[in-house]
Amino acid sequence: MNQLIAKNINVWYGDNHALQDVSMIIDPFQVTALIGPSGCGKSTFLRLFNRMNDYIENFRMEGEILINDINIYDPVVNTEELRKKVGMVFQKPNPFPSSIYENVAFGMRIQGMNKKSELDEVVETSLKKAVLWDEVKDSLKKPAFSLSGGQQQRLCIARTLAVEPEVILMDEPASALDPISTSKLENLIFELKKSYTIVIVTHNMQQAGRISDKTAFFYMGKLIEYDTTKRMFLKPAHLQTQNYITGRFG
Amino acid sequence: MNRTKKNRLNDSLFKYFGILNTLLGLIMLAVFIFIILQTGLSRLSWDFITSLPSRFPEKAGIYTALIGTFWMLALTIIFSVTLGVSAGIYLEEYARKGFFSRMLEINISNLVGVPSVIYGILGLALFNRYLGLGGSLLAGSFTLSLLIIPVIIVTTRESLKAVPRTIKEAAYALGATRWQAISRQLLPAASGSIVTGIILALARAIGEAAPLIVVGALVYVPFIPNSPLDDYTLLPIQIFNWTSRPQPEFQVNASAGIIVLLFLTFVLNGISIYLRNKWQKKVKW
Repeated sequence: MNQLIAKNINVWYGDNHALQDVSMIIDPFQVTALIGPSGCGKSTFLRLFNRMNDYIENFRMEGEILINDINIYDPVVNTEELRKKVGMVFQKPNPFPSSIYENVAFGMRIQGMNKKSELDEVVETSLKKAVLWDEVKDSLKKPAFSLSGGQQQRLCIARTLAVEPEVILMDEPASALDPISTSKLENLIFELKKSYTIVIVTHNMQQAGRISDKTAFFYMGKLIEYDTTKRMFLKPAHLQTQNYITGRFG
Repeated sequence: MNRTKKNRLNDSLFKYFGILNTLLGLIMLAVFIFIILQTGLSRLSWDFITSLPSRFPEKAGIYTALIGTFWMLALTIIFSVTLGVSAGIYLEEYARKGFFSRMLEINISNLVGVPSVIYGILGLALFNRYLGLGGSLLAGSFTLSLLIIPVIIVTTRESLKAVPRTIKEAAYALGATRWQAISRQLLPAASGSIVTGIILALARAIGEAAPLIVVGALVYVPFIPNSPLDDYTLLPIQIFNWTSRPQPEFQVNASAGIIVLLFLTFVLNGISIYLRNKWQKKVKW
C-alpha cells in the first residue's frame, strides 16, 4: 500500500470554486483527520478519493489523485473496482433495508459470490473486525434497522470491510452517535489503522486530537495547514488554525 | 357579536360543512351500492357467471366478458408494467436532468389527465387500423396500457424518489454499478409502493369502457378468446350493452354484472392496501 497523493486539486460546483489548488500526501496505515468549518471543502476533498462527487451535477475538477501510482480520474479507471479498494462510511448510518447478514454480504454478492459457506465466513470475519459480532451473532437474520445507531454504524463499517478495501474514507462517522457509541467507534478506528489507511472528516476537535496521526485544516476551499496532529494542536503555524482548533471561530 | 365569537362560529361552520360533504359522498355511494344489490343480487348465480351472452335476458351470462376481462388484465399488466416501470426508472435514475427531461416530465403528468376516450381514438387509428390488429385483445390491451402507463411512470418515479439517496450512495461506495444499485437496493425498497400504484391503476383500467368501445370491444362475442388476436368483450362493455337494451330484465343483468365488477375492483384495492401496510411495517428509514 502506497501513499494517497492529491496533486493541485481544483474543484468547482458550477461557479463555486469549492477546492482551490489543494495538494496533500496521505500516509498509509495512519489516521488522517480533515477538519474545518462547514462548507470549507473537506467532505468534497474526501469524496474525491472514491469518486463519489461524480454523481453531483455541475461537478468539475482539475488535478490528479494518485492511489498506488494510478491517477484514479484517468478515463481507463473502473470506478467500481476503485470503490472496492477505497471504502466509505457515511455521516448517518445507512444500512440497507435488509437483514444484518445481507448488509455485510451485499458487497460480495454484487461481485458474483453466492456460495453460502464463503459468504458466512466473510460475514463473520467482517463483523468481528468491526467489533460487532458478539452483539449480533444470534440475530443475523434480523433487520439492520433493529440495531442501535452505534451498532448500525459499525455494521456499515463491517459492510465496507467485507470487500477488502485498502483505504477507508469516513465522513463524520460519529456525528449522529451518542458518547458511548462514539468512543466504541473511536477504539475501532484505532484498531483498524493497523491494516487500513483511514481518512476521516470530523467536526469534533477532541475526536481529531484523540484518533488521528495527522490533521489537515481546510478553510474556504483551501488547505491552510497540514501536519502531525500533535503539532497542529500544540503549535499550529497559522493563526486561523489556532483560532479554529481552540474554538474561537467555526 | 365580538370577534372571538365570530371566529368560533366560522370555525364550527366549516366543520359542519366538511361533515356534510363527507356524508354526501358516503351516502351516495351507499345508495348506489344498495340499489345495485337490490336489483342485481337475485340474478347473481353460478349460471349467470358461466353462461354465454344471449338475446334472452334470463339465459344471458357474463362468462365471455369475465374471461375477456381476465385476458385484458393479464395482457395489460405485461405491457404497461414493463414499459411504465422501466421508463420510470430511466427518467428518475438515468436521464440527465435538463430542459428535455423537464418537458417530458410535464407531458407525462399531463397525459394522466387526458380523457380515456382520446386514448381509444388513438388506439383505433394506431393499433386497429395502422398495425392491422383489428378489434383484438392485443389492440385493446395496448390501448389500455397507453392509458395507465403515465400513471405507472409517475408512481415509479415517486416511489424511487422516496428511497433515501444514502442507500444508493452506500451501494455505489461498495462498488455496485448503477444497475446493481437500482435492481438490488432501490427497486426492492420501492417495490411496495410501486406495486400499490400499479394495482390501483389496473383497478381503474378494468372498469374502463369508453376507450374500448372505440377500439372495438362492443361486439357480440359468443365465444371466449383463446389468443391475444381474438375478438373479445369485457365486463364494463357488457354492462354498457345491457343497460342500453329496452327490456327491463337486461337492467337486472347489468346490475348483477356491476356487482361482479365492483367485487373485482374491491379485491384489487384490497390487495394494494394489504401490500402497502405490509411494506410500511417492514421499511423504516
